Amino acid sequence: MIKKIFLIGNPNVGKSVVFSRLTGVQVIASNYPGTTVEVIKGYLKLGEQRLELIDLPGAYSLQPSSKAEEAAVSLLQQYNKEESIVINIIDATNLERNLYLTLQLIEEGYRVIVCLNMCDDAGHRGIDIDVQQLERFLGAPVVSTCAVTGHGIKLLVERIMQARAVLRAGVTHQERWRKIGEIIEAVQHLQHRHHTFREILEDLSVRPFTAIIMAVAVIFLSFNLVRFIAESLINKVMDPLFINFYRPILDSFSLGLGEKGFMHHLLIGDLINGGIDFKQSLGLLTTAPYVEFAMVLPYVVAFYFVLGILEDVGFLPRLAIVLDNFFHRLGLHGFAIIPVFLGFGCNVPGILSTRILESKRERFIASTLISIGVPCVALQAMIFALLGRISGFYIAGVYLVLLAIWLILGAILNRSLKGYSPEFLIEIPPYRFPPLLLLFKKLFLRIKVFLFEAVPIVLLGVLLVNIFLYFKLFDFFSAVLSPLIKGVLGLPKEAVIALAIGFIRKDVAAGLLIPLGLNPKQLFIACVLLAVSFPCIATFVVLFKELGLRDLIKATLIMIATGLIVGALLNIGIVG
Amino acid sequence: MKRNQKGRVAAISAGHNLQNRLMSMGIYKGSQITKLTHFALRGPVTIKVGRSVLALGHGMAGKVMLEVE
Repeated sequence: MIKKIFLIGNPNVGKSVVFSRLTGVQVIASNYPGTTVEVIKGYLKLGEQRLELIDLPGAYSLQPSSKAEEAAVSLLQQYNKEESIVINIIDATNLERNLYLTLQLIEEGYRVIVCLNMCDDAGHRGIDIDVQQLERFLGAPVVSTCAVTGHGIKLLVERIMQARAVLRAGVTHQERWRKIGEIIEAVQHLQHRHHTFREILEDLSVRPFTAIIMAVAVIFLSFNLVRFIAESLINKVMDPLFINFYRPILDSFSLGLGEKGFMHHLLIGDLINGGIDFKQSLGLLTTAPYVEFAMVLPYVVAFYFVLGILEDVGFLPRLAIVLDNFFHRLGLHGFAIIPVFLGFGCNVPGILSTRILESKRERFIASTLISIGVPCVALQAMIFALLGRISGFYIAGVYLVLLAIWLILGAILNRSLKGYSPEFLIEIPPYRFPPLLLLFKKLFLRIKVFLFEAVPIVLLGVLLVNIFLYFKLFDFFSAVLSPLIKGVLGLPKEAVIALAIGFIRKDVAAGLLIPLGLNPKQLFIACVLLAVSFPCIATFVVLFKELGLRDLIKATLIMIATGLIVGALLNIGIVG
Repeated sequence: MKRNQKGRVAAISAGHNLQNRLMSMGIYKGSQITKLTHFALRGPVTIKVGRSVLALGHGMAGKVMLEVE
């Protein structure tokens, strides 16, 4: 009796796309090895049966070398071979390397069905594979598919139950590779093709000189594209919506509540100059939705749109090569750029994806640096809004301070932590141009996740702040902490509220700074502190899960120390 | 080794774990490798194995001995 179906394959062969096709569950898929670091489950209907389908992180072999690979292999080994079917997904453009895992699976006695994915791309590259011949060699069913378009998926489903265990003796690694050589000789035929434009680009992106130029250009363009899209959305869509449609409704509601009282304080907030000010009123119906939808959401949309393109095209691993040297000084290797990039969206997926790094030491360094030195897109949007009004130099300043923290803190951690960090060994995927539809699906999925996770917490945060303010509960805290805040950091004591709320959500915290009327220097310091100090509560939870309590405390102490030192230095160093 | 030069792996002087990792990616005694590029200041080396392009750290690359053809 079959109970489970596993999807297993080398990294970056399209397991997640196949998974989405089979189960209808949307998952994030990208073009770099290690997109999936968690085990994802879904269900597949086969006639009357409803089977559990498990998408495993990619693995090159059954001997794991990173935490994500380890998770894949150990889960697979937990279940009885008789009760599970393994769908082994292989990349048709790279048959030789992929077959290594296939043969291991077959030798181990799993019931294997092979899904020969990316057949369209193989065709473009002049690779012709004799599927029937391959099936005979392996003794397992082979189905060719193109998961991004859905081609072949139906046939795959029909043939899943044909998967049978084949008796085959285990062999040494060398013998396995020799065997693969024989198979390749017999089933794969290559046509000579002239270099395409894409291959020329691929070639240039691994040559040092052109690679660095391309990296700088792509990052510069991406940054500007994010700002352009986000600012257009804010100025052309969200602001007009809020001011022309939403405000009149709120105005009459505010009148109805008599313009004062507890409920008015909670829902609308304070009236600024006799009217509602979306940025300063601080009500559940005014500032909370405005901050989330008109200030932060446009940046979330723009950031994930651009990140989606970079991910799917396959640019990130190339950036990893260029930055390998830089990351080495911090005790990491170039591949750490992937968690960092994801962290710029939200620290939570960023820290999760540190699982693609091999050692615990690297994961600790990367997680700590991300939670301290990488502001999430929500906070960045607020920093743009707050500091952008004064001068672009201040925005650049925040990033420079964060970069300095990365360099100094990373070097210190690298020197002081025991052990050494392994070097990197990654596969550079070919450039791919996936259908726009998939790009938008991924964007939509990420925005949905953001809205479901952010909005309730934002409302809760604003609610708490309002209740505390109404009953003047913050006065105690700010009185106690005022020597620290005022003396060391040079901020007014009311800033305590904002920094404390930063623990719940950073964007709300930044929003709380607006009514304080800070001078540019204070605003700058406050923004840097929000970026450095206390990651939001969601990040704390994931740090705890990934690192354990001891390392979480260690990371938190480092964070507090960094925040105080940097805040104090800036306070002394900058002449207001 | 120069750019686009081919070679055969003669020996890998590394521990068991790294040997296994390299092995599963197609780098083992006797396999054919084309060197593509290397980055300055002990930066990574890019190579071609079969149809895949791999990037490996400078130190790791130094452990893979090649016989140049």
